[in-house]
This record gives sequence, C-alpha cells and structure tokens, in this order.
Amino acid sequence: MIENSTSNALVELKDLNVKFVSREATVSAVNNVSLTLKAGEVLCIIGESGSGKSVSMRALMRLLPERRTKITGEISVAGKNVLELQGKELSDLRGGTVSMIFQEPMTALDPVYRVGDQIAEAVCRHEGCDREMGLERALELLELVKVPSAERRLKAYPHELSGGLRQRVMIAMALSCRPKLLLADEPTTALDATVQIQVLILLRKLQREMGMGMIFVTHDLGVAAEIADRVAVMYAGRIVETGTVQEVLGDPRHPYTRGMLASTVHGNMRGKDIEAIPGNPPDLRRLPTGCSFAPRCKDVTASCSEALPPEVFMGGGRMSRCLLASAPPDEPKSMAPAI
Amino acid sequence: MTAYIIRRLLYAIPIALGVSMVCFALVYIAPGDPLQTLLPEDASAETIEMVKKAYGFDKPIPVQYALWLGKVLTGDFGNSIASGRAVSEELFKALANTILLAAGAVAIAFSLAFAMGTVAGYWVGSKVDRFVTGVAVVGVSIPNYWLAIVLVIIFAVELNVLPATGMGPRGSDTFELLTWDHFRHVILPIFTLSMIPIGIITRTTRSCVAETLNQDFVETLRAKGLVESQVLLHVIRNSLPQVLAVMGLQFGYLMGGSILVETIFTWPGTGFLLNKAILTRDIPVLQGTILVLAMIFVATNLVIDLCQTAIDPRLKRS
Repeated sequence: MIENSTSNALVELKDLNVKFVSREATVSAVNNVSLTLKAGEVLCIIGESGSGKSVSMRALMRLLPERRTKITGEISVAGKNVLELQGKELSDLRGGTVSMIFQEPMTALDPVYRVGDQIAEAVCRHEGCDREMGLERALELLELVKVPSAERRLKAYPHELSGGLRQRVMIAMALSCRPKLLLADEPTTALDATVQIQVLILLRKLQREMGMGMIFVTHDLGVAAEIADRVAVMYAGRIVETGTVQEVLGDPRHPYTRGMLASTVHGNMRGKDIEAIPGNPPDLRRLPTGCSFAPRCKDVTASCSEALPPEVFMGGGRMSRCLLASAPPDEPKSMAPAI
Repeated sequence: MTAYIIRRLLYAIPIALGVSMVCFALVYIAPGDPLQTLLPEDASAETIEMVKKAYGFDKPIPVQYALWLGKVLTGDFGNSIASGRAVSEELFKALANTILLAAGAVAIAFSLAFAMGTVAGYWVGSKVDRFVTGVAVVGVSIPNYWLAIVLVIIFAVELNVLPATGMGPRGSDTFELLTWDHFRHVILPIFTLSMIPIGIITRTTRSCVAETLNQDFVETLRAKGLVESQVLLHVIRNSLPQVLAVMGLQFGYLMGGSILVETIFTWPGTGFLLNKAILTRDIPVLQGTILVLAMIFVATNLVIDLCQTAIDPRLKRS
C-alpha cells in the first residue's frame, strides 16, 4: 500500500521555527521543533492551548497566512520539501498526500454547499473525475465513516447535521484521496463525550485499515493513551518530552508532563483535590532565556533559568528537555535510565 | 422550496396593501389642495363643489381609497389633473425611460463594483485595496446633482461632445438606443447615476469577501487542495447573499429615478414626472407613480429574498 520514499520517515521536521510577525511584536509560536513520523505510525502531540501544537500542524501543510508568518527549518513529507513547494504542487500535496481534520466541525465546512458536493470537490480536484463520479465516491466515503442514511446526507447542508455527523463528514473529506498522512487537530474536542469515543474509535480503525501515518493533536491525555504509538509533549512552542506512549505517560521525565498527569481526572479521584500546575504559560512574545517551564516548576534549580536545557536522550527515541531528566526527583521507583 | 416561495408571495400581499394605503394617505397629509391649481382663485362655491364631485373628492377618504384601489387593480390610475391624459399612459412611458437609465447604471455599477470589491476584499490592505476603497469613498461622497452639473459643464459646454439635456436629437419622437445620435444622450446620466451604487456595492462586497476569507471553512478548502480560484468561488458564493441585499436596494432607488438627476438632464423618467406632479399637485399622477415605484421595490425585495435563500439555505429557517 505504502510506497517507500528514500528515507523511511513519512514526516521529518528539522528545527522548525514559526514566528508570527506583526508591527507590535513577533510571536515565537514554534521553536526548534524536530520530529519524525514513520509511515503508519500514530503520534500524539500533547500540550495546552497556545503551546504551538496546531501551528506546527498548519505549518506542515503551509496553511498559515504567508504574509504574517515566518517559517524556517525543514519540513519534509513523503520525500517532498514542503517549504519549497509552489502553487499547484502545494495544492496537490494538500488533500492528496496530507489531509487535515479540524477542531470545529461547526465552522470548518462551507455552509452554503451540500456536504456531498464538498467531498466530491476534493475527489475531483485530486483524481480529475467529473462531479457524478465524485459524488459516487463521496457516498462510499460517507458509508465508510458510518454516516447513517448516507445517500440522503449527501444532499444535506452542514447546518442540517449534528456536530458528530459533521465531524464524520470532515473525516470522509480528509480520507477522500487516500492520504499517506492524516493530521487531526483536536478532532474530538468540540464533540459530546459519547460521540468523542465513537469518532476516536472510528479514526483509529480507519488509520489502521488504510495504513496512514497520523499526527493527532490533543490536550486530552486519555485520548492520547487510547490512540497513540508515540507521544510528543509541547510547551511554549518546544517539544519538552517524547517517547512511546507507555514511556511518557507511565514514566514521565519532564515536570510539565508530570504536572499534566497529576492534573488529569482519573479513577478514584473522589474527595481528592486535583493538582493544578500553578502559574500561566509564558508570553510567546518574550520567552525566558532558560527553560520556559522554570517559573512554574516545583523542582526548579538555579541553573534552570540560565540557559535553555539541552535535549537529554535516553535511548529508543526517548527525549526530555529537562536538566533533571535522568534523575527525576519525584520518582521513588527510580527506574534505571538507559543512557 | 416551492412552499417557501408561495409563503413569501403571500407575505408580500399585506405589505403591498399597506404600501398602497400609505401612498394614498400621503397625498392627503401633505399640505395644499389640488383644486387650487385647477380653479381660478375667484371660483364660486358651486363650481368648486362641481369639480370636487367630478374628481370624487367629495366622498369620505376611506371610500375614495376603496374606489381608487378597485380601479388601480384593473390598471386604471385615473386621469392626470394637469394634462387630463390617463395616468397609466404617462406613468409607463416615464417608467420605460427610467428603466433605460437604471438598466445601464445597474449593468455598469453592479459588475464593476462587484469585481472591484472582490479584488479589494481578497487583498485587504494592499495598494489595490487602498485604491478601490478610495474610489468607493469618492463614489458615495459626491452628490450626484453636483456631479451631473459638472459633467454637463465639461462635456456639453466646454468640450461640446455630449448633449446636456433630452433623450434624442430635436424633433425625434422615438428612442433608438443603438444609434449614436440617441445613445450619446444616455452616457452622462448613466455615468452620474452609477457613481453611488458603485461606491456602496464596492464597499459591501469588499467587507463581505474579507470577512468570509477569515472564516474557518476557507482553511478547510485550502487543506483539501483547492487552488485559489476555486477557493475564491466559495468565498464569493458565501458573500453573495449580503451583496445581493445591497444591490436590491440600489436597484430600487435607481428605478425610483433620481428627481435631481433627471431634472438636470431633462430626462422624461419617473423622477421628472414626480417632480412635475408635485409642483402641480397632480394627485392621481403622484399616487399612481408612488404606488408603482413602491410595488417595484416590494417585488425587488421579494426576488432578492428568494435568491438569497436559494444561495444560503440557512436563511429559510428565519
């Protein structure tokens, strides 16, 4: 199913920097982000609002407004240098090789076009068929994403569908040209809890069946545990910790990850206080010179704010950007770090 | 959709009826008596009574309204007090002349304004945008009677290339648009009349297009690989309902004929006719003209409403 490109990585980001430039200030939304994704792999990017998760995804498809954005670094998807693509090549990539599912199904669909036509449009754009064939394919896709009475829904306008159905339509649209990479930007956040699970299960099933690589952006650790192979934790535009989902969620090596885990509601929490991380994320216009999490970190040392902590690699793709990564203070079990 | 159209048509009936009442009543609220201009000042009481009776002014106003409405529904607007000819005859002739100007102004203003507005809205903040916005501001700010006079001074008086007044060469009875002798008469009035609609529609289109481009779904369109021209098509379709609403209003105003512009160019349209009727207190002409113009307004609104709903089905619910 999947062609092998020269390197076996489907996505390679190297030193990705995204800055939003305006007259008043320059916002460093993404700072030196490097990551790789193999074909068929699911990577979850976790982080709170404003941590640069969605911006990184949009940079990957060059969806950010060109006039106000400065992207540097390297982005390669399926062997193509995304930052060098122009005009038609770029739009061939979008929706063809890489697709995206957005957070807000209520506003992400064009309100004055029938959903069938919106899907067919994507099919026709990439496969060069006529509207009739596009609609046939749209029907198949709606059935694939389990939209009930798909034939009737084909002629529906977005406002006639529920949030869950709209998100299924979005998924159908994203899958319409069998992309190699699916970017999902908090696709379940805006949905009801019961619908969230359904959509999540559907996405995981389709990802496996179609063998797509997927980058799944979320702030919900439960979702990440459910769907991810690997996890990258982002804070203030930087990846602060990566590793397999078991490693990162089971044995977090960055205080931010630990803080997030502690502030999550899970079983047997009744009567206990939820531990919130004190303070607020830093101002992206004026990032601190040292570790950007230092002001909120309870294990902070004097050297933390002197310089940006280096990436500490712990083998097997495990990384944490913390001076104490190899010897976390709060870890009584003290698993032997494999360096 | 058919049910919706029928419902909207039924809604239009009470509106039309209300408009007709206002038209009829307005003339009585306004000061002045039509008989004053018709009769000599020393007319005897009997003569006044007689004339009143002849025109039906002696009956109570509601009865006059009912009689008038009944006739209007059969296409009979009565006779002009000033000229004695049938109102419908004068009215429809004037209307045809105004339609000629309005159609020209609509064609120029709507296409030009829509194109300029779309370009400016797509490249908000660019030089093109600033230029277009400048043109639009000039368009809405210049009083068109002033523009008309300036154009007459330049093109008719100074350069002597275009006629200042009238609909054709002296002595011609009919109007043939396709001959230069006639066509040159419409150039200045159409240009004058299209300025304001150009300004207003350009600004509306610009802001609608710019606003639509900022909506989330545009990102989805780009993410699925559409090229910019396809994206723009979606954006235009989304902006169209709002733009159409403004276009409809402008069309209505143009059909009413500008009293000032038609008077300056002595163009025998509805504005000119209204002006004459007001000065001579020609009540039947006033009533008939205002009613027909108001009906055109109502009909335009109806058509625009239906077009908007056809484009954006969300509007059907409200």
